[in-house]
Amino acid sequence: MNYNVDERGYYGDFGGAFIPEMLYPNVENLRQNYLKIMAEPSFKEEFDQLLKDYVGRPSPLYLAKRLSKKYNTKVYLKREDLNHTGAHKVNNTIGQILMAKRLGKKRIIAETGAGQHGVATATVCALMGIECIVYMGEIDIARQAPNVARMKMLGAEVRPALSGSRTLKDATNEAIRDWINNPVDTHYIIGSAIGPHPYPDMVTRFQSVISEEIKWQLKEKEGKENPDYVIACIGGGSNAAGTYYHFLHEEEVGIIAVEAAGKGVHSGESAATSALGKEGVIHGCKTLLMQTKDGQITEPYSISAGLDYPGVGPMHSHLYKTKRAEFYSATDDEAMQAGLELTKLEGIIPAIESSHALAIFKHKAFKPEDVVVICLSGRGDKDLDNYIKYFNL
Amino acid sequence: MNRIKQKLQEDKKLLSIYFSAGFPSLNDTVTIIQDLEKNDVDFIEIGLPFSDPLADGPTIQESSTIALKNGMTTEILFDQLKDIRKTVTIPLIIMGYFNPMLQYGVEDFCAKCAEIGIDGLIIPDLPLDVYERDYKAIFEKHGLVNIFLITPQTGDARIQQIDAASDGFIYMVSSAGVTGSQSGFGNTQEDYFSRIENMKLKNPQIVGFGIKDAETFTQATKSTKGAIIGSAFIKHLHKEGVNGIANFVKTIRY
Repeated sequence: MNYNVDERGYYGDFGGAFIPEMLYPNVENLRQNYLKIMAEPSFKEEFDQLLKDYVGRPSPLYLAKRLSKKYNTKVYLKREDLNHTGAHKVNNTIGQILMAKRLGKKRIIAETGAGQHGVATATVCALMGIECIVYMGEIDIARQAPNVARMKMLGAEVRPALSGSRTLKDATNEAIRDWINNPVDTHYIIGSAIGPHPYPDMVTRFQSVISEEIKWQLKEKEGKENPDYVIACIGGGSNAAGTYYHFLHEEEVGIIAVEAAGKGVHSGESAATSALGKEGVIHGCKTLLMQTKDGQITEPYSISAGLDYPGVGPMHSHLYKTKRAEFYSATDDEAMQAGLELTKLEGIIPAIESSHALAIFKHKAFKPEDVVVICLSGRGDKDLDNYIKYFNL
Repeated sequence: MNRIKQKLQEDKKLLSIYFSAGFPSLNDTVTIIQDLEKNDVDFIEIGLPFSDPLADGPTIQESSTIALKNGMTTEILFDQLKDIRKTVTIPLIIMGYFNPMLQYGVEDFCAKCAEIGIDGLIIPDLPLDVYERDYKAIFEKHGLVNIFLITPQTGDARIQQIDAASDGFIYMVSSAGVTGSQSGFGNTQEDYFSRIENMKLKNPQIVGFGIKDAETFTQATKSTKGAIIGSAFIKHLHKEGVNGIANFVKTIRY
């Protein structure tokens, strides 16, 4: 079984480029060039240098001893939370800004939900001195004020998405419309492993530095490259894609995805796409998608603004359908408790997104001899308000 | 012969009107279609509303949202149209995004269109290669014409490919941008129009995006077969309701 993208841009039944003709020249140009550009020695050198000196990579692989003891297994945390800007998102934005420069683009657009991808995009645009416009749902702008301020400080223009439900899905629609309106000079930095081919594959490759590092770090610590399990939270699925990438074809490595169940998978307020979704087309790709019987896309819910997306990347739909990955979901309550537990046990305040991955221990027991790697995709600073409210701190 | 191809043979510039089904009110669909035909509109694009219409500007987005709030569904639209051929003879095209059709089942959707007397489909986010591989046979079996878009950025080779795959007309998007965002026609459009004219395509072209009045209609149809009006008509419906469709058409073709 192949878990990577095929030459047509599909992962099994999922993926492709379901785009209006207006986007065809841009997407086709990217498709023809992205692998070539990524393989250029000067590109690799610049990318690696920035990841090292600017982002602070490699991110540590940390043996969480007290957490391990509590769950009677061996838990390593991949510390993406220690990256510059506080999450894994910057791995991709560094890659894509270098790509945009080589494609001769002069203007960057992005969508953002919680603001993490928006901040990571605004950051690299400031670094390169390129104009940056970030689309963000009007409702998210109101509830993520610190990240809006960060983007503004970084010189980005934050444009409210006023259509639909005025959250991430609509911000993505607005970014796509901007791209249609500006077909020549603009590059769209998609933040997750979604969108038309080649985006899911390109984002996955930029994020794959996560699993590449896990391999040699684990070799140093455990004397073997492969853990028994790799675990990540999934919204669109970019940190998960990066965490899984180099293990996809290593059969001995179990792959685990944790989605956001919100107030419960069947509560009507959930973002557990694998459980609730059906095959459909959203934002340019065929994938699992939360929708009505009539094919209208429904609004997901999660306490974590980074996971409330109604779809999931096409690679993950394929991993789900082929049963290569085990899918679980964690409720708001389970995630918040898991976040607090990590804080108390290890002195690390995780992003609420990452807390969903940590909540795996509520759903699955591991053996004492298992080596379990969890991607700690982001830090919790941005979520303090949520933690304060939830725990009455 | 398919009604679209018959219509394209008429010796006149064709006017096509787009509206979102279920807007302004759920049950306006048939009235709007009948009134448009009475006022000499040449063909009609019936918009199947979608929650996330990413090629559309605010006007059509809003009309889609209202239509969905009014309760419009694929099933209801087909039901409203079931007797349409008893009263309407001009070509009817359904324009919508791919996901609702996919959920209905593409084969069932096409069969239902044929049963009702729909002549063609415009699906902006169904790309040429996927259509040819997976759906062309189904469309043809049901006698449906699939209409593809081209834009000023579409390269010549791609246009040739689209022309070869088309069997009706080519939907020529006037300029870069989502629906309703164009302010007028300038030199860029002139160059684009003459480039396409010189390509001598086998399919006639109908221009859409940015046509809103007599002036833009005349400009758009100078070297093409016709033009499509969407956002401007929706705005009219928004202001005047379903009354005064005659007045609207008169402002375009006087």
